[in-house]
Amino acid sequence: MTAPLETTSASAEAQPEAVLAGAGASQIEGRSLGQIAWTRFKRDKAAVAGGIVVIGLVLMAALAKPIQAVFDLDPNKFHQDLVDPALQAPKGAWGGMSWEHPLGVDPGFGRDLLARVIEGSWVSLLVAVGATLVSVTIGVILGVIAGYYGGWVDSVVSRLMDTFLAFPLLLFAISLSASVQDGFWGLTGLPLRIAVLIFVIGFFAWPYIGRIVRAQTMSLREREFVEASRSLGARGPFIIFRELMPNLVAPILVYATLLIPTNILFEAALSFLGVGIAPPQASWGGMLTDAADRYEADLQYMFVPGLAIFITVLAFNLLGDGLRDALDPRSK
Amino acid sequence: MALLSVDELSVTFGGVHGRKESTAVDGVSFDVDQGQVVGLVGESGCGKSVTSLALMGLLPGKGVKLGGRADFDGNNLLTMSQRELREMRGKEIAMIFQDPLSSLNPVVPIGVQVTEILQRHRGLKGEPARKEAAHLLDRVGIPDPTRRLKEYPHQLSGGMRQRALIAMAVACAPRLLIADEPTTALDVTIQAQILELLKELVDEEGTALLMITHDLGVVAGLCDQVNVLYAGKVVESADRHELFAHPMHPYAHGLLESIPRLDAPRGEPLKPIRGSINDRIAWADGCAFAPRCDYYTIECLTGTPALTVPAAAGHQVRCVNPVREPVEIATLETPDVTATAHGGTSA
Ligand SMILES: Nc1ncnc2c1ncn2[C@@H]1O[C@H](COP(=O)(O)OP(=O)(O)OP(=O)(O)O)[C@@H](O)[C@H]1O
Ligand code: SF4
Ligand SMILES: [Mg+2]
Repeated sequence: MTAPLETTSASAEAQPEAVLAGAGASQIEGRSLGQIAWTRFKRDKAAVAGGIVVIGLVLMAALAKPIQAVFDLDPNKFHQDLVDPALQAPKGAWGGMSWEHPLGVDPGFGRDLLARVIEGSWVSLLVAVGATLVSVTIGVILGVIAGYYGGWVDSVVSRLMDTFLAFPLLLFAISLSASVQDGFWGLTGLPLRIAVLIFVIGFFAWPYIGRIVRAQTMSLREREFVEASRSLGARGPFIIFRELMPNLVAPILVYATLLIPTNILFEAALSFLGVGIAPPQASWGGMLTDAADRYEADLQYMFVPGLAIFITVLAFNLLGDGLRDALDPRSK
Repeated sequence: MALLSVDELSVTFGGVHGRKESTAVDGVSFDVDQGQVVGLVGESGCGKSVTSLALMGLLPGKGVKLGGRADFDGNNLLTMSQRELREMRGKEIAMIFQDPLSSLNPVVPIGVQVTEILQRHRGLKGEPARKEAAHLLDRVGIPDPTRRLKEYPHQLSGGMRQRALIAMAVACAPRLLIADEPTTALDVTIQAQILELLKELVDEEGTALLMITHDLGVVAGLCDQVNVLYAGKVVESADRHELFAHPMHPYAHGLLESIPRLDAPRGEPLKPIRGSINDRIAWADGCAFAPRCDYYTIECLTGTPALTVPAAAGHQVRCVNPVREPVEIATLETPDVTATAHGGTSA
């Protein structure tokens, strides 16, 4: 109940989260902005469905190991007995679907596909969310600085954004991922691949959010409440963190939600091209590569990672669009 | 010496990147004493807001040239560093803006917006700050302040928002309040309440108030001293009674005459000043008001008319043909003024 006031003593950097928490936690008479947004959001059935799927996916990714342990799903266990030695295809109809292996097994090794989809989910989400955080952090900091200070600062940041956007990202990602040696940054194996992917994807996508934040900041800066705040003795950093940031939380949140699916696709594409997550670690993009290699033996295999990616991307997009509509003060 | 003493203040925009210079405020002088309410009156675009922003140091640094002095408590506001100004703002001088909704941050609860000022200038935090914020809202007449502190600006009515802004402005007991059309965005009954509140604050705290308005009703109800601004220059300056009794500048005269009167005979047309502020000539060439003036003569075009004291002491007029006939102003709530208006021929 005292949440909004406690933000006073919180550090300036904590403000965006604090305001969100405050908006959600303060159960006051009348309706806070958060409550209004929530009411609007609830009316949007597609967004709610997207949100539920996203929550399910996040839970699945976070609890991947315990789920695999409890249901005895080992993503890397071979079941050669389930694979036809001559055709290399899973025995039985529908890619070897059975009660034991609900999504079937993969051709060649007979690994359980449900286990591999679950295993791939945490890799996918970790890379996508990590890269999104990197983009959002860089984009917000530089976007706000450019938008607030303007002048030559803005020119420098804007040219930097142009440069990054003009970069042949895919080629760079392929060559960097391929050339990073084991033992880089003190990391090896899977953690290194994940770190490289987060860096590459995140570091080159920041100008998109940077531009949005810059434009928003420029228009917010001219708003009367900023002048009013100045007339009461506020300094630049105070205005940025306590006046502008709370107004930027909504667009940043929406954009981040919409960036995650883009990054999931990008990670899948890199893994598909063989420069993302390396086998034997299961990843959705890697599974697609496998499936493409063996489509003659087992066409159905392709649909499992394909649908996983499709559903995830769709869910995040529905959620992001719903958030945008709900948080937009102009929509009814 | 007056608390605020503005001397030949001028503000010129443009002049960079080959853009044309335009002088928004052109040698304005006036004083504001402690406990005094001084009005700055004039139509849209005459430079009222620019004057107040210049005093607060809130005009952009680039593309703006300032001239003259504005001494606050002996220190020239125009030459202070941004740092010094920041220290003053909110603490010594505070401002109330026209539109209360857009002057409050829409996504920050009222309580946070009030306590932030208390923290900045008075070092109050946590519970004491919250208590003081509630006390301030109560002080400006917001009922149930503890609840209101948790609300967002859109949850308050227009009048309450303006009260909240006033609470923020007086949070640190500033010595000078600048109110830029604080009632324009409010409906009439609320306007009266807000003016009442400002009057009360001035009377009780001894705050000096610079009241910017285009509404002569506000002037009549509140101001001690009035400065009428036209095209960036003060054209008439007098105490309220004197101005309402004997407006001598044709513009001020016209303003008073254009107020609809309840006692006017039915069917008598209103008398608005013809033309608009865009019909003007440069002050350097003569009187800027000349194209709209009924009293215009050829002498009006021989350079800027000087500020003179043609009648009562302290009543300055910038006009070569000052008007001598009084106006009847029966609708304005200044009974003593109307009395003098009928019989006054001291001019
Ligand atoms: N930043 C600026 N750059 C250039 N010209 C400006 C700027 N701000 C104001 N002006 C000009 O200065 C003049 C005075 O404007 P000001 O805002 O002071 O008018 P005002 O008396 O407050 O009018 P209103 O009653 O409409 O608020 C106007 O002609 C305006 O165009
Ligand atoms: S100086 Fe001349 S034009 Fe100007 S107001 Fe006086 S009479 Fe009118
Ligand atoms: Mg104005």
